Amino acid sequence: MSQSIVLTNIRIIDPSRNLDEIGTIIVKDGAIIAAGKDASNQGLPDGIDVKDCKGLLAVPGLVDARVFVGEPGAEHRETIESASRAAAVGGVTSFIAMPDTDPVIDDIALVEFMQKTARDKAVVNVYPAAALTKGLAGVEMTEFGLLREAGAVCFTNGRHPLHDTLVLRRAMTYAREFGSVIALETRDKYLGAGGVMNEGLLASWLGLSGIPREAEIIPLERDLRVAGLTKGAYHAAQISVPESAEAIEIARKRGANVTCGVSINNLTLNENDIGEYRTFFKLSPPLRGEDDRVKMVEALANGTIDIIVSSHDPQDVDTKRLPFADAADGAIGLETLLAAALRLYHDGSVPLIRLIDALSTRPATIFGLDAGTLKPGAKADIAVIDLEEPWIVSKDAIVSRSKNTPFENARFTGRVVQTYVAGKLVHAL
Amino acid sequence: MDFFPHRHLLGIKGLSEQDITLLLDRADEAVKISRQREKKTSTLRGLTQINLFFEASTRTQSSFELAGKRLGADVMNMSVGNSSVKKGETLIDTAMTLNAMHPDVLVVRHSSAGAAALLAQKVSCSVVNAGDGQHEHPTQALLDALTIRRAKGKLSRIIVAICGDVLHSRVARSNILLLNQMGARVRVVAPATLLPSGIADMGAEVYHSMEEGLKGADVVMMLRLQRERMAGAFVPSVREYFRYYGLDAEKLKAAKEDALVMHPGPMNRGVEIASEIADGPQSVIEQQVEMGVAVRMAVMETLLLSQNPKLSENGGPRT
Repeated sequence: MSQSIVLTNIRIIDPSRNLDEIGTIIVKDGAIIAAGKDASNQGLPDGIDVKDCKGLLAVPGLVDARVFVGEPGAEHRETIESASRAAAVGGVTSFIAMPDTDPVIDDIALVEFMQKTARDKAVVNVYPAAALTKGLAGVEMTEFGLLREAGAVCFTNGRHPLHDTLVLRRAMTYAREFGSVIALETRDKYLGAGGVMNEGLLASWLGLSGIPREAEIIPLERDLRVAGLTKGAYHAAQISVPESAEAIEIARKRGANVTCGVSINNLTLNENDIGEYRTFFKLSPPLRGEDDRVKMVEALANGTIDIIVSSHDPQDVDTKRLPFADAADGAIGLETLLAAALRLYHDGSVPLIRLIDALSTRPATIFGLDAGTLKPGAKADIAVIDLEEPWIVSKDAIVSRSKNTPFENARFTGRVVQTYVAGKLVHAL
Repeated sequence: MDFFPHRHLLGIKGLSEQDITLLLDRADEAVKISRQREKKTSTLRGLTQINLFFEASTRTQSSFELAGKRLGADVMNMSVGNSSVKKGETLIDTAMTLNAMHPDVLVVRHSSAGAAALLAQKVSCSVVNAGDGQHEHPTQALLDALTIRRAKGKLSRIIVAICGDVLHSRVARSNILLLNQMGARVRVVAPATLLPSGIADMGAEVYHSMEEGLKGADVVMMLRLQRERMAGAFVPSVREYFRYYGLDAEKLKAAKEDALVMHPGPMNRGVEIASEIADGPQSVIEQQVEMGVAVRMAVMETLLLSQNPKLSENGGPRT
């Protein structure tokens, strides 16, 4: 079996065991036998390839909880297969696919389709998220129990905020019995209406309608109250302003079962990157100001923000090569997720182990996935990283079918050099 | 000829004081041409100008058309009906189609901010922004500046009060930029619902009362209030708006005695401006229209001659 390998002389960071040391990782038949400085004490199994990985770092494969694929319905933008290849390049060994497809993933047949396609074609683990409401319309609940049994790992309204508080209350109450997490992003229907970028001076000069921060905060605070009321598990999928992180913290103190995520874009970019109407930086939630970005990084470092997502959202030329207000939201991010996140390590703002926790261990825990750890017995999903490798993002090298990266020509330090999924090498630089 | 370091005119942003002065000086010359009996010159003979208007505008389009014709260019108007261009692909596709016809200048109006800049990246000729969404309308700001300069003799240290719907106004943004660049003092006067976020940092003093905002002003520049914004959405009603922000004789008294009254047109008489003021002695609204043609002549001539230096030897009256 090729699913067996030994990596020696490698720095191992495993947030699930609060471990950061140089040692050996032994993988046999797709599972981790041992990982740590004492792993080779009992000798190495015979007949397994041994790789000397001096200077490299191994972490549990990244877990990306918010990825849009184009399949079914928009395969020209991205298929499950192409997204999985992009993920492998980025060291992402598991991702949760959002239900915003055509048709919407709101039925067990579609969850099964996603799983079958992933099993047959994907090189990493793909977990479907199911729609919280039928057709993502925000009105009728989907079949949480059946969908969960079919393999849906969480329920979300994807890109569509949920406006009806009563629907939310019932959904959360009902989902609680099945132990399902409800992941939502918030945007007030009226306050955010027509907005295309962060509200403020920059938007005013560009003549673009702004999205005030309160458009995110007000419905989030409402949702957090509902989470407290129903005792359900609520995950704020993408927050973009520090006040949202504060609201989460306060809700936790009240005893609500709430977690939150932030897009890598809101941690590493700000509204100034939009420049003169660059549509690859048109995102939802929008890029905020630099002060917000800095405070979001702090909230990530101290654990108020649980996880980082790529919000990988492939868009084609026909949806991006438009005047800014008319262009679609979204940017791809699977391939650059880790490298962009490492900026926060290199500039000293987030400890490396917390970063890996937010990118792997924590999301696996929140969504109950078999991932995010290098414990003995765990599936051998591993990202091997050269922390100091300098590289430049080139449009031609992008594996994703869509090329709408906000990091085109960006300089990064640190790169995924190998990715293993269940011990199988799925990417090597 | 004097150096003009821009290939396109997409906005006032990025223009230096010298650039603006050059355009205004040249527009002064163009005014003379328009007042002659023989209005046609051969400055741009052989060149093609296409007016690409995605948003209906009789005034601006005819002003650009006349400007091009007086310079001797061949002018073609493309009024793309609003209904067929809801999708932006049409913007790029239309532009690429026109580009293949080798125009020398594209004059573009579009309802989306940044549309002119997007086109400029895709075509191989000069692009003049004739208004893009709520972003900029540079030739309007230039014609306003020319009107003021001819009446007051200068732009620096004069007080200009821009009144009304600043939030949705590309004219206001271009004017704030231009007037600041030329050393004028800019005020904005409007209810807070019609001011953009961060206005205090945009280079304008903010007033919410006409009496205070107009005090000592040399120029009172009124903005048009779009009909759909009048009833309840941004202001409660037309009559309330006119009561507090409409320019009438009483409010105008606060400004200097010789203050100019301006309006980019088309006017809503009885909404933002009283008829007696619009037609009164202080009004320079008609001069603004005349200056519009001159400014647009100056802009196109400058852009095209700086790209085709030979033309100034062969054709035009200018050196």
